[in-house]
Amino acid sequence: MGFIDNLDFLDDVRRMNKRQLYYQVLNFGMIVSSALMIWKGLMVVTGSESPIVVVLSGSMEPAFFRGDLLFLTNYKEEPIRVGEIVVFKVEGREIPIVHRVLKVHEKSVCFAFILLFILGSLLLLREDGSVKFLTKGDNNQVDDRGLYAAGQHWLQKKDVVGRARGYVPYVGTVTILMNDYPKFKYLILASLGIFVLIHRE
Amino acid sequence: MNTFLSRANTIFAFTLSVMAVLTFGCFASTFLNDNLAHVNIKTAKPIVKNMPDYSVSREKNDLGFITFDLRADLNPIFNWNVKQLFLYLTAEYVTGKNVINQVVLWDQIIKRGDNSILDYHGMNPKYYFWDDGNGLRANKNVTLTLSWNVIPNAGTLPKVMGSGSHSFAFPESYASNHF
Repeated sequence: MGFIDNLDFLDDVRRMNKRQLYYQVLNFGMIVSSALMIWKGLMVVTGSESPIVVVLSGSMEPAFFRGDLLFLTNYKEEPIRVGEIVVFKVEGREIPIVHRVLKVHEKSVCFAFILLFILGSLLLLREDGSVKFLTKGDNNQVDDRGLYAAGQHWLQKKDVVGRARGYVPYVGTVTILMNDYPKFKYLILASLGIFVLIHRE
Repeated sequence: MNTFLSRANTIFAFTLSVMAVLTFGCFASTFLNDNLAHVNIKTAKPIVKNMPDYSVSREKNDLGFITFDLRADLNPIFNWNVKQLFLYLTAEYVTGKNVINQVVLWDQIIKRGDNSILDYHGMNPKYYFWDDGNGLRANKNVTLTLSWNVIPNAGTLPKVMGSGSHSFAFPESYASNHF
């Protein structure tokens, strides 16, 4: 009995004609491409290459736990100041790190430099190398110098992926699960795909 | 369509949307708070030494030593959408080398429910007061401020500077390097 019940949903597929099947597939494509559009749109609006990140480590506890969601912006004109939570990348490490700024030193710009800068900014976007800063995780005992690349003592603006602006707890838990158990990821993706293809509106 | 799965699905979807609306309400109800408070800061015994910070290089940098007093009542800042405050004491000053120097000397996490009335005397900084160079000796104007980063249950992460700062000067000569 139960077995036959379970096959009910296949009836839906069997009853579809070709036109309807194409429609379902196109619908699936729609969903994927609009998700991509929203993501890329967010990138443009926030100026950050990854506007939403999931916290992957416990180094900012008790503020952020594993699986919490952060919204980032990365506006170039906003200065980096102490106390801010930045997401940065370090050479040789794939995964960006979410930590707080502990020290900032901003170089004075002398007149010759200002002239050069004005000329330079007319010609090309300047890579801002005049600010250097040091970070530390709230839950860590020491600053991040041990995490940086060998010989690197400070971060610069070009290392920053974004600054934390908004926070929602728990929402990224599924991502954590998918990261920890890749099989779970394929299961979810497969079942979502099948659902969208099979389900009839 | 009254199978167990469809009912479970409906309940799950409804629960999720209720939680989303509640979370948003939580954020919206506290969005306009200014999270301000007054802070009293005092310092004593500023001395400055010149020694190498071996975690960076062998070059000699200025290292400041102070003790500080801190008084503030942060209780009014807490509400149902404040999970914790991250307090940090910042020293800000100008040197010939840098127009902006910000060094965090001390920080503390106050979770909701913890004692939020600060009353500290003769505290030692938690972090070393290293300058980036030799700009601390005879520096006439080092300003200490207490700021906090409000961590909500859900919402924005405002960074607020407490009203009330304290400025002090470092002495004209280095203290001896012997501890």
